[in-house]
Parts: sequence; structure tokens; C-alpha cells
Amino acid sequence: MLAAPVTIHPVLGFTAILCITLGAGAAGALNQWYEADLDACMKRTRNRPLPAGRMDRQSALHFGVGLACFSVLLMGLAVNLLAAAILTVSILFYVLVYTVWLKRRTPQNIVIGGAAGAFPALIGWAAATGQVATLPVLLFALVFLWTPPHFWALSLYVKTDYAAAGVPMLPVVAGLTVTRTQVLLYTVPMAIAAVAPWPMGLTGAIYGGVATLFTAIFAGLAVRVGVSRETDQAAMKPERQLFAFSILYLFVLFGALVVDRFAQ
Amino acid sequence: VTPDLTPRLTPAEEAELRRRQKSRSIAMGLCLGALAILFFGISMAKML
Repeated sequence: MLAAPVTIHPVLGFTAILCITLGAGAAGALNQWYEADLDACMKRTRNRPLPAGRMDRQSALHFGVGLACFSVLLMGLAVNLLAAAILTVSILFYVLVYTVWLKRRTPQNIVIGGAAGAFPALIGWAAATGQVATLPVLLFALVFLWTPPHFWALSLYVKTDYAAAGVPMLPVVAGLTVTRTQVLLYTVPMAIAAVAPWPMGLTGAIYGGVATLFTAIFAGLAVRVGVSRETDQAAMKPERQLFAFSILYLFVLFGALVVDRFAQ
Repeated sequence: VTPDLTPRLTPAEEAELRRRQKSRSIAMGLCLGALAILFFGISMAKML
């Protein structure tokens, strides 16, 4: 939204960010409503409100549906219909396609489900401009392609948790070597999507330089994960480093995009 | 005469219940106030 070539009224910009945040919260609430049984089986998630017994399932369902409807209605009335439509698609995609359909059925769950997390870039741009352009589509592709190495790095060292819960994450179904190879393979198109806006003339040198540097570090960490043969989860240092860096990576790239836009 | 089977709260439990109700009421009030300010801001921004 801040990187768009037009300015949006600060109150409407705040409202758009609030709606995206509430929509994401609603999708998360509905995810936890549907997966309460599964969350109870994993150490990482067993203290969430539903498995820990701090909230009943019906309240979580009502809260999730109510918050989702409110966020979409507010986006449509205050910002524009395109942003509201993409927000609706992203919530439904996360809840129905990822949570209900894919997560328990295929190890490709987070690949396709990653699209849900990639929608906010499109929504922000649509909120500011009322349309969709090449740059937000590339940002969508960046987050979409970043998701597999990000989550598979995590799943490598919490594999036993996913196995205990019966979630068919790639390390559980296909093994550590295949997962490491996939982390490496997905890093290649992700790197192209990250750097592409610069040579395409959609951003300036600030974003280009930061994206190139941080993508090189990301790729270096992905290579270390790719060549590792470690099987002891407690000793998987490259995997932990890649997961931690991947969070910083997106934050820095999107920050650089905003700085680049205002420096032009 | 039907006996009153409603469980009685101890004074400490009653005080804790009131404290929770009060904090929830304050949180709800702040949310509604923030929402009213937001809607006012949106109305002003749309009129510009």
C-alpha cells in the first residue's frame, strides 16, 4: 500500500491495514476452531485457547465468522470493493482450501496454502489504487514461493510434533533429504521473484541492492540446509537459522520497498 | 417450597467475578469508543 504510486488518505490506509489484520485474525480463529483436536497433539500449539480449555469451540466459531464478516464489510464500505473481494478470497482460501481441504491430506499443503499469506500485498495495493498491477503480483509470487522454504525449514526440526498430530508435512511423508532438496529448489524461483522488480524497472536501486544482498544470504542458508544430512532435530542449526532469517528477510524486503518508493 | 439450589459464591469469588466483569466492560467500552472514532474519521476522509 505504501509502495503504490498513489497516496491513500491516512485514515483509509489505517482502515485497510486494520481490515487486513482483522481478516487474518478471523482466518486464524477459524483455523484454530477447526483444528482444536490437532493443536492439542502438538507441543507448539497445545496452549492455544481451545486445546487449553480457555475458550469453547462455539465461541471461537462465532468470533471468527463475526470478525471475518466485519473486516470484509468495513473494507468494502470504507476502502473499495476490489480490496474487499480479495480479502474475502484470502480468508476463504486460508480456511476452506488450506485448513479444511489440504492440510490433513497432502504434503503440498503449505505450498498451495501459502497463497493465503501472499494475498495481503495484493489487498494493500488494491486498497491504494483500486486495481492490481505487476509489482503486487510479483510480491504475491515472492511470499507464495517464500512459504515452502520458510515452513519446511521449521518442519524439519519439529517433524516429530507434526508426525504425532498426523499432519502429512513433507519431512513426515517424504523424509528429510527430499524436504531439504525442496527447500533448495523453491529458493531459486523465490530469489528470481524477489530481485525481478529491480531489473524490470518497477523499483529503484535501494530495493534492488537490499533484495540482492538478503536473497544471497537466504540462498546461502538454504544451501546449508540442502547439503545437511543431520537427523537429530536438536542439532539442526542451519534449519533454525533459515527459519529465523526467513522472517527477517520478508520484513526487510518490504521495508526496503517502502524506503525505495519514498526515496524516488 | 422448592429449595434454592443456586450455588453460592464465596465473597472472594464474588469479588473476582466483579473484577473480571469490570475489566471486560472497560475493554468493550474502549473498543466501541475506538470504533466510533474510526467511523467518524472514515466519514470525514470520504467527504474530502
